[in-house]
Amino acid sequence: MSPPDKRSRSAAYLALQETALQEQEEHAETGGPVIHIGLATCGIAAGALETRHAFEQVLAERKIPARIHPVGCLGHCYAEPVVIIDHPDSGFPPIFYHEVTPGKAKMLARLFLEEGDPRFEHVYGAMKPNDLIPSVMEFSRFSREHRVVMEKCGRIDPGDLNEYIAEGGYRALDAVLRMDPGQVIETVTASGLRGRGGAGFPTGLKWERARTAFGDKLVICNADEGDPGAYMDRAIIESDPHQVLEGLAICAHAAGAGEGGIYIRSEYPLAVRIITRAVEQARQAGLLGKNILGSGIDLEVTVFQGSGAFVCGEETGLIQSMEGRRGMPRHRPPYPVSRGFQGRPTVINNVKTLAYLPLILQRGAEWFRSLGTEHSPGTAVFSVVGDVVHPGLVEIPMGVTLRTLIFDICGGIPKHKGFKAVQIGGPSGGCLPESFLDIPIDFDSLTEAGAMMGSGGLVVMDEATCVVNVSRYFLDFTQKESCGKCTFCRIGARHLLDILTRITCGNGRDGDLEQLERLSRDIKQGSLCGLGRTAPNPILTSLAYFREEYETHVQDGRCPGMMCRPLTAFYIDLEKCARGCDACATCCPTDAVFTTSTRKKGIDLDTCVKCGECVTACPPEYDAVRRVSPAHLAPVVERPAEPVESAADKPENREAP
Amino acid sequence: MDSEAGREEAALLNRLRTRLADFEKDRANLLSILRMIQETFSYIPEEAIYMAADHLDLAPSEVYGVATFYNQFKFNPPGKYPIKVCLGTACHVKGGDIILENFERKLDIREGETTPDRDFSLERVACVGCCALAPVALVGEAVHGHMAPSKVEGLFTRIQVEKEMAEREKRRHESAR
Ligand SMILES: Cc1cc2nc3c(=O)[nH]c(=O)nc-3n(C[C@H](O)[C@H](O)[C@H](O)COP(=O)(O)O)c2cc1C
Ligand code: FES
Repeated sequence: MSPPDKRSRSAAYLALQETALQEQEEHAETGGPVIHIGLATCGIAAGALETRHAFEQVLAERKIPARIHPVGCLGHCYAEPVVIIDHPDSGFPPIFYHEVTPGKAKMLARLFLEEGDPRFEHVYGAMKPNDLIPSVMEFSRFSREHRVVMEKCGRIDPGDLNEYIAEGGYRALDAVLRMDPGQVIETVTASGLRGRGGAGFPTGLKWERARTAFGDKLVICNADEGDPGAYMDRAIIESDPHQVLEGLAICAHAAGAGEGGIYIRSEYPLAVRIITRAVEQARQAGLLGKNILGSGIDLEVTVFQGSGAFVCGEETGLIQSMEGRRGMPRHRPPYPVSRGFQGRPTVINNVKTLAYLPLILQRGAEWFRSLGTEHSPGTAVFSVVGDVVHPGLVEIPMGVTLRTLIFDICGGIPKHKGFKAVQIGGPSGGCLPESFLDIPIDFDSLTEAGAMMGSGGLVVMDEATCVVNVSRYFLDFTQKESCGKCTFCRIGARHLLDILTRITCGNGRDGDLEQLERLSRDIKQGSLCGLGRTAPNPILTSLAYFREEYETHVQDGRCPGMMCRPLTAFYIDLEKCARGCDACATCCPTDAVFTTSTRKKGIDLDTCVKCGECVTACPPEYDAVRRVSPAHLAPVVERPAEPVESAADKPENREAP
Repeated sequence: MDSEAGREEAALLNRLRTRLADFEKDRANLLSILRMIQETFSYIPEEAIYMAADHLDLAPSEVYGVATFYNQFKFNPPGKYPIKVCLGTACHVKGGDIILENFERKLDIREGETTPDRDFSLERVACVGCCALAPVALVGEAVHGHMAPSKVEGLFTRIQVEKEMAEREKRRHESAR
């Protein structure tokens, strides 16, 4: 970072900075331990609010002079609730604790905060290299990542503007406001930044077109994030909202817009609250609104809530929806940059695209170009979910291979299972097999492989996954979300879904696969917007790379991944089943498990719903529940006419509670 | 509909007229208005559609057309405990549909319906953003991660206990007064 040069700052900014630094100093002077708790949606879902409550209680009860510092998402979803305790007097560096339950919180407050014992058995790692505790940087989940847009996520309080400013926030905006818009665009163009909304359109070029357009301009941050498996935009807004706002303001100045909007999904209530509050804070601090930072430039920002339609993430659909219509995309050109919201030139950029801007303008285009690959500079953020050991948000430089991402950074496949496929780019992306694990991740290589960067959703599938089933799932989604404008997308996708459903139910016919392929290609050609044009991607890629799996479904009625429920059945291996054990019978939601005349268990295939709960319940030392495909392979065990009293029902066999 | 709920709704409809006046007569406000209606009633009653159409000078069919386009808007009153089961990508791969089926069986309603006593409603949602906890279900705004059929049972027991506690609390309040 360049050294603070006072002359290049406006008086208004210096005043804000001073207040912010003062607040930071006051905290530093008060001293005492600080407890950082990750309180984004994912943390809260894992129970972070209860954890915070437990800390508050114990701090008050025992009068421990520690401060609780709510932060956003660190991206380590597998470890939630995450707590970092910074206790300088203990002599230890800040320590990362994972899965901190209320009980653990109380224990840590007493033993670590009061007595200085960090409880090594609960420590995940230290946040700094030191001689006492292994640092988290020794784990590749931490060291291989390269945080750029998510640098401040999980470190600052998203509700506190001063913390953002103390970290150098809004400094780029302050400088940009006194630059010529053309110069700003030049820097962005030179950085090679490509839109992170999916298609990778060069951001500088988009702005240039907007700048030369005539009319009352508007900039919009696209935070619709409709992919049903990606959540990085939400995490960024919940953890570092001001960075997005700063980016939006920079974009507005470059494009010459006096009005800005944030289109955010209403399914993200916490993110909506946080961004709305951030806009208000920025306005009060003079960072938005009239005469920003004394520059004479105005920017009014409003938050607009989307109402749950994937297709509204598409820019023209988004505009229709903001105008109060059905969010049906329209033909482009005219592109929104020339005719957008109510006919006005409208620049639409993704959350991440905007969040990069303050950093690019502060550190320079060269710095950004030094990351990633030549044609895709910078980093990429993925939400890695599915069958991986360490799911969560990962930011890596472009060009890293899929293998590094999945196996080195995210810990590979759990339970010693094998890798099968990875779906990149959500419903518009493709399903890639093992042979593609060594391709570099960037916009162009992924498109070449038939997938796409898309939303950055990445689903890892182990060998017990059925790719036909997963393709069917994505098609079910896109088919429901099709706006219905183009016949091919509306009816064609429905047909694709019907065929896939048939196949996953064991009713596949000869010629189905050929029809899938032909129809997929037709839909790609005959659809107007990106939804229809990319909807068949999961099918086309999985057909290309996993054709034999489709064939076994159609020809043998067998699902190799054991996922298509109509094609599988459960049975109990009587050799292994322990007499008198009732684990499976008590957990079965439909009472399909019965006791045989030999006091072992059997499964009534007519009532079984194949939920798999009995597999989980069966004690590992017996491991008696089996799943087979095709379903007729399961041996039939007759349910005795008279219910047999199971051994556990007898009082003498029952264990003491 | 029992009369108490009916009276309450009538009162809300009355109030809606004044709240509508806060919105400029601009079509771009339609979605905000619909969201306001849904926040007020927890669903979009038919009368409210007519009122919104009247306010914006649109045909009621146009307003209905927009409202039905978006997944967020509901046209049936939700239950006291709205249950949402995530069927996003991660949750699907980890068996979200099985969880949904368990709720359906337990409540004896289908996805999109409300129990006759209006206690529970059930719907599917696409990714609530906690994929690392898949499969996920929501009761109200509370997220429950790592769901399993047996945890469905546990959830109901918990709700039952909460309900009884709330009722006891209410009775205590009433007797104190
Ligand atoms: C079906 C569909 C859904 C989309 N969803 C999103 C989305 O959720 N978020 C987003 O930023 N862009 C989405 N896009 C891409 C937008 O149309 C647009 O390209 C993007 O917001 C431009 O921003 P960028 O230049 O920063 O990438 C979607 C596109 C399509 C075709
Ligand atoms: S897929 Fe269920 S929370 Fe994301």
